[in-house]
Amino acid sequence: MNHFLLAAALTLSAPAAMACETVAIGDLTVEHAWSKATIGAGRPGVFYVEITNTGSTDDALVGIATPAAGMPMLHETVVQDGIASMPHAMSIPVPASQSVQLSPGGYHGMLMGLTTALKEGDSFPVTLTFEKAGEVTVNVDVLSLRAEGPDCADAGQ
Amino acid sequence: MRLRSLQIILWVAATAAVLAFAAVRWWPATDDTQAAASVFTPAFALADSEGRIRTTDEFRGKFLLVFFGFTSCPDVCPTTLSEVAQVMDDLGSDAGSVQPVFISIDPERDRRLGLADYTKAFHPAILGLAGSEAETQAAAASFKIFYEREADTASQDGYTMAHSPGLYLIGPDGAWLRQFTYGTPAAEILSDLQSRL
Repeated sequence: MNHFLLAAALTLSAPAAMACETVAIGDLTVEHAWSKATIGAGRPGVFYVEITNTGSTDDALVGIATPAAGMPMLHETVVQDGIASMPHAMSIPVPASQSVQLSPGGYHGMLMGLTTALKEGDSFPVTLTFEKAGEVTVNVDVLSLRAEGPDCADAGQ
Repeated sequence: MRLRSLQIILWVAATAAVLAFAAVRWWPATDDTQAAASVFTPAFALADSEGRIRTTDEFRGKFLLVFFGFTSCPDVCPTTLSEVAQVMDDLGSDAGSVQPVFISIDPERDRRLGLADYTKAFHPAILGLAGSEAETQAAAASFKIFYEREADTASQDGYTMAHSPGLYLIGPDGAWLRQFTYGTPAAEILSDLQSRL
């Protein structure tokens, strides 16, 4: 079933750069959703995204789900005293009037138990669950292994 | 007798100074300035993906760019290896003078997942090494870096690795030159290397 869902998701995805799409739910906008190609399906994939809270109420990202992986989880790369570790993040705060980035070297979604290897040019859906705003699904672009982020006209602003 | 006490005090002071000097010189580098002052010769003897033992000695005459990591690391390791790949591309005709090495700190799992597939996906020049647990510890100790396996139910296979995420530069004579801390842009690494080539 997972294979079917993923296949459907991959087939239906338009070739246009999904990472540059903006999806809104309540006061939150979700954009620049991207991932990196993986070498096989035995190693975890990664999920990066940018969330902006334009409202006056704090929210938090509390979970992610995707047909592309059996065990998607939120993690944070922490470099402390010269040691990098990657603790599980129970939730990622999205404070009122602020933007939060899941980006290399910081918060990220770790996609364990990949259904299939992620290939550059593919895309797959990820459903983000927020404490207050609820659920929203975004399409995630798989970029090259060496990519540093999506190349959108408005990226990084 | 008083002179003898003074002599003892001076000897103690001299010994303390030597120890302090040694400590400063040999302490693991925490930033680039300190790294520049350190002089030591890291060493490894670890199997490559084909099971051949590769040692630091065989790379004398080349610069070694060494990273300790693990292939199931989704965030830090691909970022650094991508930078290494960029540096190798940008070195152009000088690339032959630099050998990038990826040392697995999770050797058993990485051998199972496939080491060469992983390193080659970033750059064909990167040499992936995965030794025994003891050999890996010895290599890490000689580079004065830390790694540790951490139990974590929220990670693949129930564990993850904490590790020093820097990139280490070893000179053609085998001596430690410096570290590039995690996140150093490829352009900065490139210009440092070019200044030495």
